[in-house]
Amino acid sequence: MDFNQASEENLFDHARIVGKPHARIDGRLKVSGQAPYAYERHDVAAGQLVGYPLGATIAKGRITHMDATQALKAPGVAAVVTTLDVAPLNRAESNVARLFGGDVVEHYHQAIAVVVADTLERARGAANLIEVRYAEEDAEFDLEAALERLQNLGEPAADVGDVEAAIAKAPVTLDAVYRTSAQSHAMMEPHASIVDWSDGKAMTVWLSNQMIAWTRQALATTFDIDADAIRLESPYVGGGFGGKLWLRADTVLAALGSRAAGRPVKVALPRPLMFNNTTHRSATIQRLRIAAGEDGRITAFDHAAVSHTLPGGSGEDAVNQTRCFYAGENRRVAHHAIDLHLPESADMRAPGEASGLAALEIAMDEMAEKLDMDPVEFRILNDTQVDPEDPDKPFSQRHFVECLREGAERFGWEARNRTPGGRREGAWLIGHGMAGAYRGAPTLDSGARVRLARGRLVVETDMTDIGTGSYTIIAQTAAETMGLAMEDVEVRLGNSAYPVSSGSGGQFGAASATAGVYAACLALQKKIAAQLKVGAQLKAEELRFDQGRILGEGVDLALADVGDGDELVAEDKIHFGDFKEGLQIGTFAAHFIEVAVHAYTGETRLRRMLAVCDAGRILNPITARSQVLGGMTMAAGAALSEGLEVDRARGFFTNHDLAGYEVAVHADIPEQEVVFLETPDAASTPLKAKGVGELGICGVPAAIANAVYNATGVRVRDYPITVDRLVEGLAERAAHS
Amino acid sequence: MHPPDQLGRHRDASAACGDDHSPCTLHVNGTRHDLTLDNRTTLLDALREHLALTGAKKGCDHGQCGACTVAVNGTRINACLTLAVMHDGDEITTIEGHGTPESLDAMQQAFIDNDAFQCGYCTPGQICSATAILEEIRAGLPSHVTENLSTAIDLTDAEIRERMSGNLCRCGAYANILKAIHQVAEAHS
Repeated sequence: MDFNQASEENLFDHARIVGKPHARIDGRLKVSGQAPYAYERHDVAAGQLVGYPLGATIAKGRITHMDATQALKAPGVAAVVTTLDVAPLNRAESNVARLFGGDVVEHYHQAIAVVVADTLERARGAANLIEVRYAEEDAEFDLEAALERLQNLGEPAADVGDVEAAIAKAPVTLDAVYRTSAQSHAMMEPHASIVDWSDGKAMTVWLSNQMIAWTRQALATTFDIDADAIRLESPYVGGGFGGKLWLRADTVLAALGSRAAGRPVKVALPRPLMFNNTTHRSATIQRLRIAAGEDGRITAFDHAAVSHTLPGGSGEDAVNQTRCFYAGENRRVAHHAIDLHLPESADMRAPGEASGLAALEIAMDEMAEKLDMDPVEFRILNDTQVDPEDPDKPFSQRHFVECLREGAERFGWEARNRTPGGRREGAWLIGHGMAGAYRGAPTLDSGARVRLARGRLVVETDMTDIGTGSYTIIAQTAAETMGLAMEDVEVRLGNSAYPVSSGSGGQFGAASATAGVYAACLALQKKIAAQLKVGAQLKAEELRFDQGRILGEGVDLALADVGDGDELVAEDKIHFGDFKEGLQIGTFAAHFIEVAVHAYTGETRLRRMLAVCDAGRILNPITARSQVLGGMTMAAGAALSEGLEVDRARGFFTNHDLAGYEVAVHADIPEQEVVFLETPDAASTPLKAKGVGELGICGVPAAIANAVYNATGVRVRDYPITVDRLVEGLAERAAHS
Repeated sequence: MHPPDQLGRHRDASAACGDDHSPCTLHVNGTRHDLTLDNRTTLLDALREHLALTGAKKGCDHGQCGACTVAVNGTRINACLTLAVMHDGDEITTIEGHGTPESLDAMQQAFIDNDAFQCGYCTPGQICSATAILEEIRAGLPSHVTENLSTAIDLTDAEIRERMSGNLCRCGAYANILKAIHQVAEAHS
């Protein structure tokens, strides 16, 4: 099915199931501990052995010597595969560092061996017996130092108008530098795989992965085998956030271990290995200059940012949103990815925008203050309904102003603290802050297959559910389209035997995959119409599917009676046409925060969080709300506690576990409210839906930072806003008050 | 056995690996299991690998995330931080002992009713902890935020949040977990 123009009015505008709250259909399995995650498949591949990985303890250099003799002799050990035993594996397009093979070490904790034994304890014990010697090479790990040496920030991605002239003549300007820390996905389920490659031919993989088709191809490339010989299953994924978009070492080690031992092998990355072995969100340093007239209208943006990457990677592009979020005729943005030999940086939830808006939305707060304007009104004044770089390109839908107004109203913004540091309750300084959020609404082609037998429908697609609610919204889409009850629909996901979907990532999954399921259901309706024997042949469009029945001219038939008991199977995919390129299709939000900051210790406590979102048709308000809550919670960590600390001598993240890397815990999170505007976007998909899972993290860190400033009068431009970044300013203010 | 090398490592493989086994009886969800386990096996791995009870999750294996929370003789514990052989004869309750998909207990149902999870990986640990904290509060066990140690403990948001803070949820379902726990507490009161 081609989607070549905006949708007209359709069944989703009068939906019974889509857009309505429905509890997760995978909920019963999850709350009872019966949902099978990758490492837990005792039901597949009999005779599994356990693989334990060994990581490099240098950041850059060569391995000169590895001795696994003692490990091989250890009890229960079936095989040891060291990186020196294997020719360098091909590098899949999605991987920057080689995952295994050869003597070159490209980053700390890169996998250099796997020990396969009958139990975890024995594999781990034997892994400790492997001797490794390295020839370490000098390398660069310090982003600040690298930035100082840079002469310029590279070619701008956009350079419109005359930024320098606009800044030179503007009455109100800002020039400030912001820093975001490197962050870890820290999903609760470690990367894990069971691989059966016992015969070195067909490979079956049970893993925890967001993108089945990409990862299958990456495996084919890595091992130089036919993709058709590889089968992947990933029905339940214990969180991803971008960290499981790619093929990673767990799968590669399990495959090599399986081939070496001639048995299925399972490997889970130990938590302390994950932070340096897998990917992370790069740190950024961002310089923002904004110019405005006395009336508050922005005349120029200049946003330059650096991030770090292993050579060949792309880092964290923090400037992209600045191209289109606000009006202003002059703008320049440039991102420069600096080569460092830290572990591999790659995508994490809202890659780019999460970091970019963390800076831009503080800058907007600072500008509003300089202009003596309400930061809400300042943003409303600088709203745009067209792409500022290309005024002929409109936003398909943009209700950012409504988000701001609705949020201000619900939050009680009028009653906010208006004097930084001016409101106090005992030892606590109370502050209010807000920020805007923008994230694109991309869609990818997505396929599905549906099987109808005796009135029950099975949906099969390689789409994944990483907690996002895919199972449920896909069932809702199929039930709506086929006129069935939710109970009559079974959804099967995350299997390479099913049609290729968009997968889960980039906030494209929900919108794309449901559109693909809709396409498959329409194909099924055509098959059904062709089977009906009622005089003149009816077209599918002349039929209605309602409450388990097929209705039309001379037709009134139970869906259960179609096909004489035989299964009817149909498959199709949604293909999104070029017309979208003439539009800016995005999602928007306004975030409002109340904090309390301890006047003496600088401890920051969140007291209220509110998000108002403009994100197309919300397919299921329960699961969509949870996605936004999750984004807000992850953003609370990004704002106040999360940061990978770099050992600048040895080149690794030192706080590489869940004690040292501090994600938000329950006690950190206050009352949270999420509001969705009713804004179906016909240009997005037939369901008029957009993604929401990444929008929720965007802008929130800045809203928190702005609230902290409002509470204390201390402007912190470096994340996370830990007590050490606040106490000095608090003491200074106390001394002067 | 060879003497340790300069890094203190023993070069004799079997000795260095500490490959000793012990018999151990675990009573899990009311069923007796007689096992012979490698002494290094954690309670969590005994459950997951030897008894195929994979409801308790391994998120960190270091007592940092709470995904492995189970009850031992009625007290919640991180099953990854304790060796199975230390629990000879103990009564252990895992998420599988709370209810099945066909017959959920009140807390499991409350988690569904309030969408108190997304990916589901931390969920069994959250439910085991949630169940336990209501008992802890009822029993008068104080927490860091308990204001008055001489009266019954109020079931406040702060009490619940504090006591649940050993169970990380990276999907960020805390606000909904809080509601689920209140739902169960109110039904019982």
